[in-house]
Amino acid sequence: MENQYPYEGWLGFREGSWVREIDLRSFIRHNFTMYDGDESFLAGPTQNTLDLWDQVMDLTRQEREAGGVLDMDTHVISTITSHGPGYLNKDKEKIVGFQTDKPFKRAMMPYGGVRMAEKACADNGYTMDPEVKEFFTVHRKTHNAGVFDAYTPEMRACRSSHIITGLPDAYGRGRIIGDYRRVSLYGVDFLIADKEEQKNRTDSAMYADVIRDREELSEQIRALKDLKKMAASYGFDISQPAKNVQEAIQWLYFGYLAAVKEQNGAAMSLGRTSTFLDIYAERDLRNGVFTEEQIQEMVDHFIMKLRLIKFARTPEYNALFSGDPQWVTESLAGVGTCGKHFVTKMTYRYLHTLYNLGPSPEPNLTVLWSTRLPQNFKRYCAKVSIETSSLQYENDDLMRYTHGDDYAIACCVSSMRLGKEMQFFGARANLAKCLLYAINGGVDEVSKKQVGPKYRPITSEYLDYDEVMERFDAMMEWLCKVYVNTLNVIHYMHDKYCYEKIQMALHDKKVTRWFATGIAGLSVVADSLSAIKYAKVKVIRDENGLAVDYEVEGDFPKYGNDDDRVDALANMILHKFMEHIRRNHTYRDSIPTTSILTITSNVVYGKATGSTPDGRKKGEAFAPGANPMHRRDTHGAIASLASVAKLSFKDAQDGISNTFSIIPGALGKDDDLFMGDFGDLGMELSDLGLEPDELECNSCAAVPTLFEGLDGE
Amino acid sequence: MNGYIHSTESFGTVDGPGVRFVIFLQGCPMRCQYCHNPDTWKMNSGSVRSAQSLIREYERNKAFYTSGGITVTGGEALMQIDFLLELFQLAKQNGIHTCLDTSGVTYRPGVSEYNRKLDDLMAVTDLVMLDIKHIDPAGHKVLTGHDNAGILAFARYLDEKNIPVWIRHVVVPGITDDPQLLTRLGEFLGTLSNVKALDVLPYHIMGVSKYKELDIPYPLEGVEPATKKQAMTAKQIILTAYWKIRKRAKA
Repeated sequence: MENQYPYEGWLGFREGSWVREIDLRSFIRHNFTMYDGDESFLAGPTQNTLDLWDQVMDLTRQEREAGGVLDMDTHVISTITSHGPGYLNKDKEKIVGFQTDKPFKRAMMPYGGVRMAEKACADNGYTMDPEVKEFFTVHRKTHNAGVFDAYTPEMRACRSSHIITGLPDAYGRGRIIGDYRRVSLYGVDFLIADKEEQKNRTDSAMYADVIRDREELSEQIRALKDLKKMAASYGFDISQPAKNVQEAIQWLYFGYLAAVKEQNGAAMSLGRTSTFLDIYAERDLRNGVFTEEQIQEMVDHFIMKLRLIKFARTPEYNALFSGDPQWVTESLAGVGTCGKHFVTKMTYRYLHTLYNLGPSPEPNLTVLWSTRLPQNFKRYCAKVSIETSSLQYENDDLMRYTHGDDYAIACCVSSMRLGKEMQFFGARANLAKCLLYAINGGVDEVSKKQVGPKYRPITSEYLDYDEVMERFDAMMEWLCKVYVNTLNVIHYMHDKYCYEKIQMALHDKKVTRWFATGIAGLSVVADSLSAIKYAKVKVIRDENGLAVDYEVEGDFPKYGNDDDRVDALANMILHKFMEHIRRNHTYRDSIPTTSILTITSNVVYGKATGSTPDGRKKGEAFAPGANPMHRRDTHGAIASLASVAKLSFKDAQDGISNTFSIIPGALGKDDDLFMGDFGDLGMELSDLGLEPDELECNSCAAVPTLFEGLDGE
Repeated sequence: MNGYIHSTESFGTVDGPGVRFVIFLQGCPMRCQYCHNPDTWKMNSGSVRSAQSLIREYERNKAFYTSGGITVTGGEALMQIDFLLELFQLAKQNGIHTCLDTSGVTYRPGVSEYNRKLDDLMAVTDLVMLDIKHIDPAGHKVLTGHDNAGILAFARYLDEKNIPVWIRHVVVPGITDDPQLLTRLGEFLGTLSNVKALDVLPYHIMGVSKYKELDIPYPLEGVEPATKKQAMTAKQIILTAYWKIRKRAKA
C-alpha cells in the first residue's frame, strides 16, 4: 500500500481522501497521535538555540536603542522574491528565512498605500526612494488610492469624525490565514497543478466575476511559483512534499514567510500547525531519523523566526493597536468532532518554547480549550500561564459547532476554517458616538458638523428612554448602511490592488468569506441607556443647543454586575446593530458577522467621543471590547463575565472579549507560602493548585466566547 | 431571614478551595490593628439581603464554581449566626461546598443556646478558615482588643467536631514574627488533628487608604509590610514546632 504513494514524503502515512485531493483535515484525522502524558519528555534548548537567541537579544537591544527600528528597506519593494536569503547564523539555524536579506530589516510594502509606506519610513528616520514614490503615485495605483476614488463624501465625513474608525483603507487588512500546511504535505507543484485545474474549470461565459476568478487564479499560480523561487534561494527545492519533520516545518514556514513578505496585514496569523507537524515528528522518532532534542531545536528555531516577523509601521498605527503587534496567532489543541482531542507532543513542544526561549507575546499561542482536553495538558497549560503569562485561551466547545475541527484563530479571536474560509476585516463602528448623534440629530458633538442624517434632535431637558431608543435605532440603521458600504469599497479595492496572492493560493477555490464588522463602546451605550431608563439624565447644551454633556441624577444598574436590567440592554443593542448590518448588501457574497473586541483601540475611540449619558466625560477611554466600564463592575470577575456571557454569540460570531488582568496573587495561593509539607495529613497540593475547571475563568487576556459556553452548560 | 451584608465577590480565589462566591458579612467586634477592612466593623448596617437571594446569586453562575463553593467572611461572620445557619443549610440543600472564615472570637465553651446553634452550623460547614492572630493572650489583647482564650477553645472545639480547618496567621514585623511566639503557635496547632493547611500571610498595607477614607487613625502607622521571605521563614518555624508535637501525638 505504502509503495503506491507517488511521493517519498508520504511513506508511512495512513491513506485517506487527502491522497486524492487537498484535504488537510483528512490527513490529520488519519495520522495524528493523541498524547495524554505530561511534559516530562520535553528537551531543553541546545547550545545553538541559546547562541542564536543571544544574538536575537543583542539585535533587539540595538533596535530599541535605535528608537524602535534597526534597519528598513527604502528602495526594494517587498515581494515574495524581492530579497535574497537572510540569516542569523546559517550554520546554527535549523529553520531559515527572513522577510528581507537580513534579520531586523523591515521591508517596504507600498501596495496598501504609498503614503502610509512613505510615512512609515519617514517617522522612523528613513526616506523612501523618490522613484518608488513616483511609481506608486503616478504609474501604479494602490489600495488606498482606489478606496479614496470611490468613497462618497458621507463616508469621508464618517471617517474623519471617527464614528467609523480604524478602517483598513490605508493599510493591509490582514486576518487571512493561508493553509501553510499544504506546502509541506503536497509540495508546491501539486498545489500549482490543482490551481491550474481550477482555472481550467471556470465558467466559460466571461462575466466580471469569472474574469476576476481567472485573473486571481493566475496571480495565485504566479505566487506559488515565486514561493518555489524564494525557497530555492535558501537552497531548498519545495516542489515535492516534505520528507521529514525538519522539511515539514521549513516548507510550512516558507509558505508563511511568502505571505509576510507580500502583505503587511493588521493580523498575519499562522493557523493550526502543531498537530499536523507532530505527524512528521512521530514518523521521524519512530524511524530514528531525529531525536527529541533535535525536534525541539527545530521548533525553537521556527518559533524564534515567528518572533522576528516585523513590519514598517507608523506611530499612529502603533497607537491604534497599542504597540507593534503582528498577531502571529497559532491555535493549539482543541477537540475533533470525532471526540478525540488534538493534543500531541508537538503541542507541548510549542508551549515549551516559552521556557527554551523565554516568555513572549508573539507568536500568539492560543489554546483552543475544551473540557475534554486531557488532564495533564490542562495542568501544563495552567503552569505555563502562571509562569509565563503568554497564553491565550478560547472556547473550542463553542466554536467547534460553527467552524468544525480544523479552524484557526486569526488575530485574537476571529475563527475560520483553514483553507476554506477567510475574512474581510472591518474595524469598528463607534456606537457611543452613534447614540450622541441620535440625541443631536446627526451633528457631531466634537466637530459640531452635520455628519449623520439631519433627523430631529432631542430637545427635552431630561432624556426619555423611549424617545432616545427610537432615535438611536434610526441612527444605527443609517450608520450600519454607511459602514457596510464603506467596507464594500475597501474590500473591493483591496482585492483589486493589494490581493493576497499567496495566502489565497493556499485556500480552496470556493472560499466562504466572512464580512467582519465590529462595535466599539458597547458598555458605554448600555450604561447610558440604563442611566436614562433607571436614573434621570439631564442634558447640558451649548449656546447652539447642542448636547455636550450630561448630568446623571440617582443610581442605575451598570453593565458588568450580572444585573439583567442593564445586561439585557447590551444584548438588545448588539442584536439591533447586527440586524441593521444584515440588511445591507455585502461584497462578494460575504456573510456578515460582528465582533466586540477592541482590545487596545478603545482609548483612541474614547478620545474622539464627547461626554455620554452614563456620566463618562468627553475624551475618556471606552472599556475594551465587551468589558464593563472601568470601576463600574463591583461584584468581581465572575459577575462581570456573566454579564458578557449574556451577549448572544449568534450576533457576534467574530468574537466577544472581556479583557482583565489580574495580579498572580489574586488567582490563588502561592504554593511557597501555603501548605508546604502537610502532605501526609491527607491534603494534597493538587487540592490547592489551579483546578482545570477554574482555569476556564482564570484565563488571561482576550477570552472571547469562553464564558458563553459555560453559561450554556 | 435577612442578614447585613457588606458586599459579595463573585471571583474569590484565596478564600478556600477553588473559585468561590465570597460573602462579606457586616459587623465585627475585633479591632485588629492590621485589619484591612475597617469598613466592615460597624454592626447593623450595610445592605440587607435574604439567604435565598444570595444562594440565587450563586446558582446563576454556578458553572464557574465547579470546584469551589461559598465562603462567608466578614466582618465577623459568627456575629450573625442565625442568618449564617440558614444560609449554610440552604447551601447544603443545594449541594454547595461551604466555608466559614472566622476569628472564632465569639466562642465561649460550655452549654448555651449559642453553642447549640454552633453545633447545628458545624453540621452544614465543610471547612473553617480560622485566623489565629496571636498565640499569646496579652499580645492578642493588644493586637485585637480581645483575649484569645475563646479563640483557642474554638480551635479545640472544631477538632472535637472533626471539622477540617485551615489556619491563617499574619506575620507583622515586630508584633507576630518573634520565633518564640511562632514556635508556641506551632506547638498549639500540633495538638490539633484537624489542621489541613497553614496559610502564613505577610502583613500588607493595602488597607491604609480605607482608614483615610473613614477618617480613622491607622494603628500600625510606620510598621513596614512583611516580605514573602519573612512569611516563609515564619511558616517554617511554625511547621517545625507543629511536626514535633504531631509526631509525638501519633507515636
